[in-house]
Amino acid sequence: MELTLLNVIIAVVIAIGFAALNAAYLVWAERRGAGRIQRRPGPNINGPLGLLQPPLDGIKLMAKQLIIPGGADKALFIAAPVLAMAPAIVSFVTIPFSDTIVAHNLNVGVLAIFAFASLGGISLLFAGWSSRNKYAVMSSIRAVSQAIAYEIPMLVTVITVVMIAGTMNLADLVGAQKGGIWNWNLFPFKSGLFNPLMLMSFLIFFICTLAETNRAPFDLGEAESELVAGFHTEYGSMGFGLFFMGEYANIVIGSCLTTILFLGGWDCPFGLFPGVWWFIFKIYVLIATVIWIRWTFPRTTIYGLLNLSWKILIPLSLFNLLVTAGLLKVF
Amino acid sequence: MGAYFSEIFSGLWSLILGLSVTFKEFFRPTVTVQYPYETLKMPERYRGHIQLIADEEGNPNCIVCMMCQRACPSGCITLDGKKEEGAKKKVLTSYVLDFTKCSLCGSCVESCNFNAIEYSKEYRLAGPRKEDFIFDLLQRLEENKS
Repeated sequence: MELTLLNVIIAVVIAIGFAALNAAYLVWAERRGAGRIQRRPGPNINGPLGLLQPPLDGIKLMAKQLIIPGGADKALFIAAPVLAMAPAIVSFVTIPFSDTIVAHNLNVGVLAIFAFASLGGISLLFAGWSSRNKYAVMSSIRAVSQAIAYEIPMLVTVITVVMIAGTMNLADLVGAQKGGIWNWNLFPFKSGLFNPLMLMSFLIFFICTLAETNRAPFDLGEAESELVAGFHTEYGSMGFGLFFMGEYANIVIGSCLTTILFLGGWDCPFGLFPGVWWFIFKIYVLIATVIWIRWTFPRTTIYGLLNLSWKILIPLSLFNLLVTAGLLKVF
Repeated sequence: MGAYFSEIFSGLWSLILGLSVTFKEFFRPTVTVQYPYETLKMPERYRGHIQLIADEEGNPNCIVCMMCQRACPSGCITLDGKKEEGAKKKVLTSYVLDFTKCSLCGSCVESCNFNAIEYSKEYRLAGPRKEDFIFDLLQRLEENKS
């Protein structure tokens, strides 16, 4: 596809629209889902089924004053929420929704997304550091150590998948898994590559997505029971709103990546009704699982979190990397 | 090494069990009451503030014997009555409950020998002013009748 200016602008506008709509209505889905799990109805007053709740919340946040605490580092304080939101938006540009629906298919799409995703950690550090609040600083220290700990197993799993397909192009990664459910990277029945550990890799990748997006049970950066609200303690108004939207946009990105890397992207499981809706369906199943996990498990401790990564996820993912490399060499 | 893997698998299994619990709860009906729109029916023995009981014609059963006023440890109850010319019994003319002092002990209801007062089921009593809690029970009885 040609890379014209108009093309890029349209892609960015659609990406922002998609991310904002998702962020708004995932909050609604989250609150309704949490309600159902806790056997209460959730927001149901504004509009049918409470569907007007997200726009009203948005209006409320926008109407509030943005207060910058005295002694805060103004430039970083303002930059942090933007930096939390922007990488998620930019990542949408390179994600293929089907073989034709993609804004700009990069040859190094996987690398680009992980490069953007690591900016998220920097935004949390900026937010915590510039707030001049001890809780925010503690939270940003946690967030950064968590980001480092979980990027390693995530990337090792991604290397495993990239090795199987032999490409970093996201569309080609999906192309390599074409032809039904048994060809997806999730399942070990692929011709010439019988690797039962891929299921484990999928789990590792999914856990890392949860940790990278700071979702419960790994939301130690926020930890409202210990650190007030963590890095966004001092943020009100749309500053907080942008962090919130960034979190949900990152969940969507993480689900898209999991779908592309392990669940065969837009490939239909049994050759039924091929099309973009399979991709949409898969990402929303994953997002629903993320929400379901949040309302099931209590928050871990920071030690439990780091132990899980360094003692379990990293060794297992490295082991699978070796096994896959060996299998690829043998067959 | 064995302990390492068994810990991983037992941990994973417990997580799956936890997810199955919330999955089942998700499809069960809600148990909450949407308070301002729906209210619970108060149980039989709920003790709200007292109210007067009316007879078939809608007049209070009270014969102004003053037992409740004397029984009240906090002095919440002020009532008054008068005897009409030629009538046998006294007629209640005012019955004021100062709910700011009432501790809902129920001595008044116990002391009443004429089935004239009972506990109401009213619990929505928040108000910004002290005067809101001085109830004219006779007036309430009239309002409930209509």
